[in-house]
Amino acid sequence: MSKPSDAPKNSGRLLATITPYALVAPFVLVFVVFVAYPLMLSLVLSTRQTFGPDTSAFVGFDNFAFLLSDPLFWTAVRNTLVFTAGSVFIQLPLALGLALLLNTRMLKGRALFRLVFFSPQLVGLVFVGILASVVFEKRVGLLNVGLDVMLAPFGGFDLDFPWMERFVMPAVILAALWMYIGFNMVYFLAALQSVDRSLTEASMIDGAGPVQRFFAVTLPAIAPVAGFVTLLSVVGSLQLFELPYLMLGGAGPENRGLTIVMYLFQWGFEQGDLGYASAVGWVLAIMLVACAAVYRQLLVRGERA
Amino acid sequence: MTAGNETSKRLAMIGLYGVLIPMGLLTLIPFLWLLTASLKSGDTFFTGLFLPHSEDGSINWGGLTLSNFIRLFTEQGVGRAILNSLFLSSATAVLATLSCAAGGFALARYQFRGRAFLTGLVLVALIIPAPLLLAPGYQWIYRLGLLDTYTALILPAIAPAFGVFLFRQAARQSVPAELVEAARIDGCPEPAIFMVVGLPLLRPMVGAFLLITFLGTWNNFLTPQILLQSSERFPLAVAIAQLRGVYSTEYGLIMAGTLVSIAPVMILFLVLQREFIAGLTAGAVKG
Repeated sequence: MSKPSDAPKNSGRLLATITPYALVAPFVLVFVVFVAYPLMLSLVLSTRQTFGPDTSAFVGFDNFAFLLSDPLFWTAVRNTLVFTAGSVFIQLPLALGLALLLNTRMLKGRALFRLVFFSPQLVGLVFVGILASVVFEKRVGLLNVGLDVMLAPFGGFDLDFPWMERFVMPAVILAALWMYIGFNMVYFLAALQSVDRSLTEASMIDGAGPVQRFFAVTLPAIAPVAGFVTLLSVVGSLQLFELPYLMLGGAGPENRGLTIVMYLFQWGFEQGDLGYASAVGWVLAIMLVACAAVYRQLLVRGERA
Repeated sequence: MTAGNETSKRLAMIGLYGVLIPMGLLTLIPFLWLLTASLKSGDTFFTGLFLPHSEDGSINWGGLTLSNFIRLFTEQGVGRAILNSLFLSSATAVLATLSCAAGGFALARYQFRGRAFLTGLVLVALIIPAPLLLAPGYQWIYRLGLLDTYTALILPAIAPAFGVFLFRQAARQSVPAELVEAARIDGCPEPAIFMVVGLPLLRPMVGAFLLITFLGTWNNFLTPQILLQSSERFPLAVAIAQLRGVYSTEYGLIMAGTLVSIAPVMILFLVLQREFIAGLTAGAVKG
């Protein structure tokens, strides 16, 4: 190999200095232009009332004051919290149960079951929303007609059962259950498979039953993943929009399907008040950050224990 | 092992399959229904749970029709929407994967001034919720004169913090620092090290992230709904949602549109499912 001259050596050093910056440049540029700047714009906007993107007037904290006194906002908060509770207290335990069943050592066809339960996750919220809007339809929908066929020996089921009028949030929770249970199950299953076998076996030798073993060995071992999945679930649920919006073609009867993000969407993009929508965005962001902070606290406490 | 133990084990297995198989069928039934509903139209839609029935209760095979699909492509222009979705999803996936891999690789395997600050920036960006950026993002895109363009959809999506973070973790795990150093000593030009050493070793994450981003863009509704105005630019998510609103009682047509929209990603997933699930759980379990 020939001895390299000084010139390429210097340019090589310069290249070595520049390269890492060039590699992170796309992220930094996109972050500055499309995240940091809009974020600052959002602070400014939240103190203004706007009429479309061109006209606006300064209103100080009026947006936030109106928001907190608007009963419709609280309807949206209540519906969103009902959905979040459904995700955390119905869906996650079911997903964990499913993962425990799939983790049985003798089970054959585990990959196939996992694939089947996971498949609705691929459909995407919009299309699940559209599919569900027809599934819950009176007279023609899969649910009422299916229940009628299944319950035929007992006199059938009311084909006009009004899911989308009286049981809006349960219907949305059910649609989300179909879509996400496999997704959460995959996380739980991965966690269960990394639980130390020797621990479970030791507890079996000590005479622990399956229930005792679950609470004494399995649950503590998967607690970090369970915590993370719960956080994902809560953060995702608080941002619920597409599912009810497409299932109901809007907020539904008496705003029973109105969520916080739908409220933001209606104000910003149907009424054209981007200022007020920004204020809604900040209130939602504070709720989300609070959840993340609670999670961090629990994590820190868990590590100390 | 005693005979009683053997029997109870067998009973447990029967119970296990007795729960899992019905649950699996319940999960698949909406797909089956979607398929048969898309093959029914007009009067036959109201007959039979899955396949259309005649008056006497027998299956009416003649009631099955492809007319919904033909209408989708001839009068509804869904072919255009499929191409739009394909273009948007592929472009976003390729660009996002490249820039996230590059950024993550640099943060994991280079020592440079500002690295700690940039890593912190990625972590901060991770917790900024998307709905917060909707209204100001719209205002900003409007001022930039980018409303109703694909640039407005693709450009902000090409370097998500989530991806940079994933690739940083992956590079720390699977790209040995010694290998980077060895390539440098061997005379590999600095800008090429990422391509020659980084990308090949990050391949599993590259595959998973391509898929995740493709799927996420394909199923994205809110951003294109807000930023696009001309219907010939609509991706499937927006086009089919509009179909739902306009032809609200033509269930067969709506279900056919939904089927056409989800079929491509389902096929993609069935072919590549291993990489996909690995990618999804990598961030959570190892991170």
